[in-house]
Amino acid sequence: MEQTRFEPRIVGFLCNWCSYTGADLAGTSRIKSPPNIRSIRVMCSGRVDPSFVLRALQLGADGVLIMGCHPGDCHYQEGNFKALRRMLLLKRILQQFGVSERRLRLDWVSAAEGDKFAQVCTEFTEEVRALGPLHLETSLLPQAQEAGLEAQEAAL
Amino acid sequence: MSKPKLALYWAASCGGCEIAVLDVEEKILDVAGFFDIVFWPCAMDFKYKDVEAMADGSIDLCLFNGAIRNSENEALAHLLRKKSKVLAAFGSCAMDGCIPGLANLSTREEIFQTVYHQTPSTLNPEAIRPLPRVAVPEGELDIPTFYESVRTLGQVIPVDYFIPGCPPQPPQILAVLSAIMQGAQLPPAGSVLGAGEKTCCEECGRTRNEKRLKRFYRPWEIEPKVDECLLDQGIVCMGPATRSGCGALCVKANMPCRGCYGAAPNVADQGVKMVSAIASVIDAQDPAEINSILDQIADPAGTFYRFSLPSSILYRKQAEVV
Repeated sequence: MEQTRFEPRIVGFLCNWCSYTGADLAGTSRIKSPPNIRSIRVMCSGRVDPSFVLRALQLGADGVLIMGCHPGDCHYQEGNFKALRRMLLLKRILQQFGVSERRLRLDWVSAAEGDKFAQVCTEFTEEVRALGPLHLETSLLPQAQEAGLEAQEAAL
Repeated sequence: MSKPKLALYWAASCGGCEIAVLDVEEKILDVAGFFDIVFWPCAMDFKYKDVEAMADGSIDLCLFNGAIRNSENEALAHLLRKKSKVLAAFGSCAMDGCIPGLANLSTREEIFQTVYHQTPSTLNPEAIRPLPRVAVPEGELDIPTFYESVRTLGQVIPVDYFIPGCPPQPPQILAVLSAIMQGAQLPPAGSVLGAGEKTCCEECGRTRNEKRLKRFYRPWEIEPKVDECLLDQGIVCMGPATRSGCGALCVKANMPCRGCYGAAPNVADQGVKMVSAIASVIDAQDPAEINSILDQIADPAGTFYRFSLPSSILYRKQAEVV
């Protein structure tokens, strides 16, 4: 049974100043978290263009997790607020396109919160697992989508 | 020496692109003098079999407008690709899907329900649906098959050039055709012709200020000032996400840009570029307040993707959420 369990493919965008360091802390503290998150370090959660999220979903991600500094703690003053507004609007777009907005999550993880990093990763992995695989019908030809997936897997 | 051969075709489109070609006014005579027009169903009498009879690659330039909505559109796309040396997606429908592409937010079944059953003006007690093939006493009739999704021309066949606009503006059309007629070297295949390389905002003469918005207006809810950025005034203007080239015509008429020239250069997806732009100008940091401001934008997907839904990353409504 355990072998057939769906393992969601999740792309995580982690801000350099807080969340990526928080993820490192989770690692050095040996806190367990699911291995489903493929972390990408960005300078700020405000750097995450909404097209990154859609591109990830198009190329085979089942969910996208964005983590940034807590409100008021952004290294660039208000990048995380920009991320918040973008993701709230992007969730509306996803719903209109028939994709569950629950496949996108934005949360705040500070450099000191290794435990919260693990907790958010666990929660989100289980949420996306419950949603099941995302079968996105795209304009890409099946071969192109497969090539995109392989490139993504190879890069990991 | 024989004249270069020109073909023009319309697939799923409104005919505005055809009118835009004629809107080059008397210069159309130069075009007709330079080219031998071998196919133009909207304006002249040709049959599909005439095109089928042509040698492959014998059409020098084909301007193809319209999206791919049904099997007839697709068949003609393949046929004209085979017969044409250079084929351009002409206008927003062929390039990005345009207004017909908004149907990708519905399924084929939903569209048929609306069109053949639900509209108040439809009287259809026997619930008749058109069939692709039907036998009548005189023989078998067939009509094109209606596809589930609208596709852009480039999603169906290889396209050499893209000429954006709904419709492409006549001076831009003329500039492209004149360049070809003067024997100019064509840019690399895949290029966008007849447009600029910046955003619509670059062509807009309005004054821009620091944007901090707590309220969005639909165009009928406000009388906008004529010299100030429309987005500054809370009107959703697609300028920041849209390619230049039209001369900012809509904003000059005090109406917001609706995005017909498609995604700005190096923008992967026009709609979510607009998500970024809108998110940047909202003056709120609390999720509840942000959401109440976003509630004022009716139909964000239909607004931000009005002209580019089929060419967007998400392409169509998915089956996960009904």
